[in-house]
Amino acid sequence: MTTVHFKINGEEKSVAAPPMKRLLDVLREDLHLTGAKEGCGEGECGSCSILMNGELVNSCLVPILQAEGTHIMTIEGVAHLVEKNEKLHPIQQSFLEKGGAQCGICTPGMILATHYLLDKYPQPTLLQIQEGLAGNLCRCTGYMRIFDAVQQAGRQNLTTGVAE
Amino acid sequence: MPEPGPIVGTSPIRKEGLAKVTGRAQYVDDITLPGMWYGATVRSTIARGCITSIAYDPAIDWSQFTIVTAADIPGENTIIHLTKDHPCLASENINHPAEPILLLAHPDKNVLHAAVEAVHVTYEDFPGVFTIEDSETGAAGDTSKVVWDHRGHGGSPNTFKTFLMQKGDDPLADSALQAAFQSADFIVEGEYRTGAQEHLYIENNGVIAEAFRAPNGSLDSITVSGSMQCPYYLVHALELVFNLPAEKCRVIQTETGGAFGGKEDFPSVIGSHAALLAMKSGHPVKICYDRAEDLIATTKRHPSRTRHRTAVSRDGKLLAGEIEVAIDGGAYATLSAVVLSRATIHAPGPYHWPHLTVRAKAMATNIAPHGAFRGFGAPQSLFALERHMDKIAKAVGLTPEELRRRNFLATGDHTATGQHLTDPVDMQGLLTRALHESNYHAKRAEFDRTNLTSTIKRGIGFAAFMHGSGFTGSGERRLNSLVKIKITPEGRPCILVSSTEFGQGTNTILSQVCAQTLRIPYDEVLVAQPDTAIVPNSGPTVASRTAMIVGKLVERASESVLATLGLPPHSAPLLSSRSAAEGSASPLDEPSNYTADQFRTTADQFRTTAVAYLAAHGSLTAEARYEAPNNIFWDDDQYKGDAYPTYAWAVYVAEVTVDTLTYIAEVKNFHALQDVGKVIHPILAKGQIEGGVAQGIGYALYEKCVYVDGLMRNNQMTNYIMPTSADLPPIHVHFEETPSIHGPQGAKGIGELPMDGPAPAILNAIEHATGIAFTEIPLLPEDIFERMSCTPVGSNEVGGTEDFKPAIDHDTRVEANA
Ligand code: FES
Ligand code: FES
Repeated sequence: MTTVHFKINGEEKSVAAPPMKRLLDVLREDLHLTGAKEGCGEGECGSCSILMNGELVNSCLVPILQAEGTHIMTIEGVAHLVEKNEKLHPIQQSFLEKGGAQCGICTPGMILATHYLLDKYPQPTLLQIQEGLAGNLCRCTGYMRIFDAVQQAGRQNLTTGVAE
Repeated sequence: MPEPGPIVGTSPIRKEGLAKVTGRAQYVDDITLPGMWYGATVRSTIARGCITSIAYDPAIDWSQFTIVTAADIPGENTIIHLTKDHPCLASENINHPAEPILLLAHPDKNVLHAAVEAVHVTYEDFPGVFTIEDSETGAAGDTSKVVWDHRGHGGSPNTFKTFLMQKGDDPLADSALQAAFQSADFIVEGEYRTGAQEHLYIENNGVIAEAFRAPNGSLDSITVSGSMQCPYYLVHALELVFNLPAEKCRVIQTETGGAFGGKEDFPSVIGSHAALLAMKSGHPVKICYDRAEDLIATTKRHPSRTRHRTAVSRDGKLLAGEIEVAIDGGAYATLSAVVLSRATIHAPGPYHWPHLTVRAKAMATNIAPHGAFRGFGAPQSLFALERHMDKIAKAVGLTPEELRRRNFLATGDHTATGQHLTDPVDMQGLLTRALHESNYHAKRAEFDRTNLTSTIKRGIGFAAFMHGSGFTGSGERRLNSLVKIKITPEGRPCILVSSTEFGQGTNTILSQVCAQTLRIPYDEVLVAQPDTAIVPNSGPTVASRTAMIVGKLVERASESVLATLGLPPHSAPLLSSRSAAEGSASPLDEPSNYTADQFRTTADQFRTTAVAYLAAHGSLTAEARYEAPNNIFWDDDQYKGDAYPTYAWAVYVAEVTVDTLTYIAEVKNFHALQDVGKVIHPILAKGQIEGGVAQGIGYALYEKCVYVDGLMRNNQMTNYIMPTSADLPPIHVHFEETPSIHGPQGAKGIGELPMDGPAPAILNAIEHATGIAFTEIPLLPEDIFERMSCTPVGSNEVGGTEDFKPAIDHDTRVEANA
């Protein structure tokens, strides 16, 4: 067992776990943050995507040891509380309006991948979106509605600045 | 709250959308019950044989585990689908690799993997049967190859089901057909094959089971929650395995992360397994497969072989056809008979055949059972047909377009089962529009020109097809579905159905239909979680039946609520034909032409009236049960009649490139035009079509299940390849909306249709690009390499299909009788 300290969705946490335990399992089992999903367990599907120090990573491939001292964002930390009311992030709002989520199992990972993409390219081209999301598989949508959602979220960046 | 106004035909936010985008939606693996244990499955390592011994490695303290074998099953050792041939746990015989033999449960899931490895099973190993051809040898009398006996069904060994579909009632139909072949100008033959396909839902199969005991210690009831399409199928399976009455078998669907048919029949297996462990351990037990196990153990799309023999006249009229469809059902019958039925009925496609015989059979092999998958047999037989139509065109010297135009079914025609097409059918119009939207003619001419000098060959091709909405034949009559709407204490309607949401939009579209009928805002409508303790059996969520059949029942139940409350009924929808490009509809066009103000008034009026009714009467639940329209009839014995209440019709156009240096084929552009009746929710509908097209592109060009001795060897996402966001072309979706009287507001089924068209359209385009008539999917670069490197340059196959020269394909026969 090692004790690992990190900041998750803005909150300091320390977790005692075997050093090679996957970050995905720590999130889901120890911290009860079940938004990150396991689709493959081998870095192929992206349904376990989270942001670690602003980088998009597959949490199924990260031993918890590597999380020491990092800042982690999961889907649970994407929306904000404004006077006790939840305010969706523009990406979440766009996924809702544009039909970017069907069964929803890829959605948490897809939203975090979009978050990362829009940090890099606030108004991405279609090609940048296609390539930026290529590590996140979606079996339901055929991706077209997701591209729409990302583009709409990007347009909002244009008017409001990147919401963080 | 959305703007009041017409609701059907607009795109409100999906009911469970908020939970999904915030990560709060609870899928089964997100749920932990107090005292819950975890389950795992010991599976056979051989394809066929007998179990000779089971030994437990003494290095493990087995007293800490719950172990379940077939001997622990309190009821029948069977997973019921259509027959009882499928054991819940193998006790003696093994019929496929990864067949479940025994089950383990433990409070710590991390110890299970080693425990499974520590159960040593020995076998007497028999040679397996892995192809349709080998299975046919068994059926024909080679007893060493009989892997499934008739078990009382009276048919041949290895043969789960056969169908004979013959056009016409005439006892002389067969000789008329033979005469047509005698006098035909051309006889065109072809053989087409499709491979197994994995659903690859991103959430694997998973369940949590609980067993409850009576005070005297006997088993009282079972509850299973999990990822699934059809809660009542699992109820039925549990009744037999546990020998309990239906009301003691409770099934709850949790949020389901994709299904596509892969959670239609399989939850009966994993649900029964978890429940057995829960019964024996006394704890709730969760079984969630990891990807590798899901891929080797769960169902796939049936592989198929379809042979066509077609008599054609010089002017391109289909005179007669003989079609043989064979599908590989795997080791047990599961749903193969009904998959085969849909394959049979869709085999003739949207064409008029004066004489036609279809012979179909589902064969047994030593592969894990194949099961339901979006399209359910139709993608297989339509792939064959639409490739074959291009071949016929080439033989006769017509363009693929002209050949189809000369043979399309039209309103008033009779299908091969004798169904009189009374709903409007306009394949000519659909084809014209699809070719126009895709700029087909200009592109075909351009590619013919540029291909002469480029190493990247471009091609454009299309497929015309239809998909029957609802259960095949008398299925809907037998299902006898029931829908309820219960009014909550706040005066809001709550829809009670066993129809499940797994991404396709069930909750949303049913709410839209209810809201529109009651004339209240969409947000007012609630949908109950599918829990068999609460919801009636509205039938399984399969067969493109939810929008049309269940939607219609929701509409009727809503009307009954209005009648009970004494509110005026919905004004009759105007069933007029209208085309809406890209699904965008002007509100003025909407069938329910009440104004926004009227809408708001009726909403308030509804709540007030409903609450007053509850105060006076206590409760209000309205229901509607399926009534087969009295002009729809199906004869199971003759295999004739109205196969489906109605059909969705479509033309899909694919544009491809084939790189003659790398042999990679890619889809570059895709147009999907369909008439699905009234589009209830344009965004969801487009999403359904795009998702289906993406799966169809995967089916054609990417997704190959590699079997070695019946076991899927590429059982990982790293080597079973589905399309990513970078692989797909723009998918343009177009709707025609010819309303059908069978669905709510004129809606028809939509979910499976988009799986049928992409593969043949893509291979037709590849033939245009390369001049090579590929006949098998999946078509991977190595297959293209093999054909291209052995097709001599300058052979009559190169140069496209529009050279109007009747061509002889080297591997199949085209005869000219004249
Ligand atoms: S579960 Fe981590 S990438 Fe698939
Ligand atoms: S919405 Fe189902 S996998 Fe993406």
